[in-house]
Amino acid sequence: MTDITDTIDTARPPAPAPLPVQPPSGCPFDPPPLSNLLERGDPHDEFGALRAEEPISKISLPDGSWAWLATRYADIRAILGDTRFSSDTTLHGYPLSGMTGGASTENRGFIRRDPPEHTRLRRMVTREFMVKRVEALRPEIQRITDELCDAMERAEGRTADLVEALALPVPSLVISLLLGVPYDDHEIFQRLTGTLLSRTVTDAEREAARIELRDYLDQLVTAKEADPGDDILGRLIIEQRQTGEITHDEVAAFAALLLIAGHETTANMIGLSALTLMRDRATAEQLRRDPALIRGAVEELLRFHSIIRNGPRRVATVDVEIDGHLIRAGEGVVAAVPSGNRDESVFADADRLDIRRPNAQHHVAFGYGIHQCLGQALARVELQVVIATLLRRFPAMRPAVPVEEIPFRTDMAIHGCHALPVTW
Amino acid sequence: MKITLDADKCCAAGQCVLVAPEVFDQRDEDGVVVLLDAEPAADQHAAVREAAAICPAAVIEVHE
Repeated sequence: MTDITDTIDTARPPAPAPLPVQPPSGCPFDPPPLSNLLERGDPHDEFGALRAEEPISKISLPDGSWAWLATRYADIRAILGDTRFSSDTTLHGYPLSGMTGGASTENRGFIRRDPPEHTRLRRMVTREFMVKRVEALRPEIQRITDELCDAMERAEGRTADLVEALALPVPSLVISLLLGVPYDDHEIFQRLTGTLLSRTVTDAEREAARIELRDYLDQLVTAKEADPGDDILGRLIIEQRQTGEITHDEVAAFAALLLIAGHETTANMIGLSALTLMRDRATAEQLRRDPALIRGAVEELLRFHSIIRNGPRRVATVDVEIDGHLIRAGEGVVAAVPSGNRDESVFADADRLDIRRPNAQHHVAFGYGIHQCLGQALARVELQVVIATLLRRFPAMRPAVPVEEIPFRTDMAIHGCHALPVTW
Repeated sequence: MKITLDADKCCAAGQCVLVAPEVFDQRDEDGVVVLLDAEPAADQHAAVREAAAICPAAVIEVHE
């Protein structure tokens, strides 16, 4: 299993240049500008300068190694869409240091492989995440969301930590449903996934939870082998028996990957989106009046927040010229998704949240190329359901602390809030 | 308008289905793109161009 905690070494790297793909210090929002936050520096300004002056620049990584940083939308798409740039983390030159998902090259899932292996493994699970399958799950996702909202309403004092009460449990419960985690185990599954992503536990507690979850998934696969259910793991096991193509450990690795990839990301998008709309009352009101706007709003929120702060990453397998810039075989590349999604040449007035933006779905928040997020249809539906439900059921919800006191995940590779105290 | 697909390259992201559900579908066994209408009517053209533009694997080719 990969390192789930994704902690970035925040120590300042040596020359050639700092890594501007680290999360901003403080509030992640540009609009409305707050003078005290602007003083702390805004990564989007830095990205803007790089896009204009040095769109492919050299950066140093936390361990002192270096890689190219691509900041323009077109260059990011050109690199991620070109299989001469490899995702194989075991290749010499792959920029592992500080990457999302940890630098370990053990038990690589398909996302860290190239075709044909990548294609073969990815296609074992693509059907599970196709649009019509995910749409069929929408009522279940709504039920899960409503039950969590019911619990928030019952809580004393009309306050909650939205991250703990909603943002983390929704994707945890949805993925447990998909994997076929028995209902009686939901509590333990949620406790373990919550501990893994908590910053208030000790390293020893987190490591213990990681091992317990790994063992839990291993036992779950064993149970499914005896009695495969109508779920992702059950279907993978039936396929395994038919073709002999995947082993017990590979099924368990799939389970871990799907959990990791879908949990922290979705949770942080829920938190940031909720906070954005609590602070942008006019947009929230538009969404309440016209629920059909939610689909476009989610695309725009994905573009605007671009929570993957330091990737995706590739290594060139041959010399490749991108936009007149030579990237040599064996050199690493970091695609700055938050920069590409604020590229003014593609997204007019890019620093503004505009839920009616006609080309919002052109964002690269899910990556680009054959590795583009497998679970994107699911993430979209989860975000649509949760945001629309929050707006409908808690129209008066607001942050319970000043925005400056919200603990943003400035220390993590995936941006968001560690906690989001709200009241209503 | 005529659409051709290079379905072997499809990574089943499903973006085309979100944008132009009357023209594109995904096959049940692996989510790979299926063309429902290779020569769609004019009211679908904008959606098809959008689908081709955002397809992550550049599978969709539009001939006009």
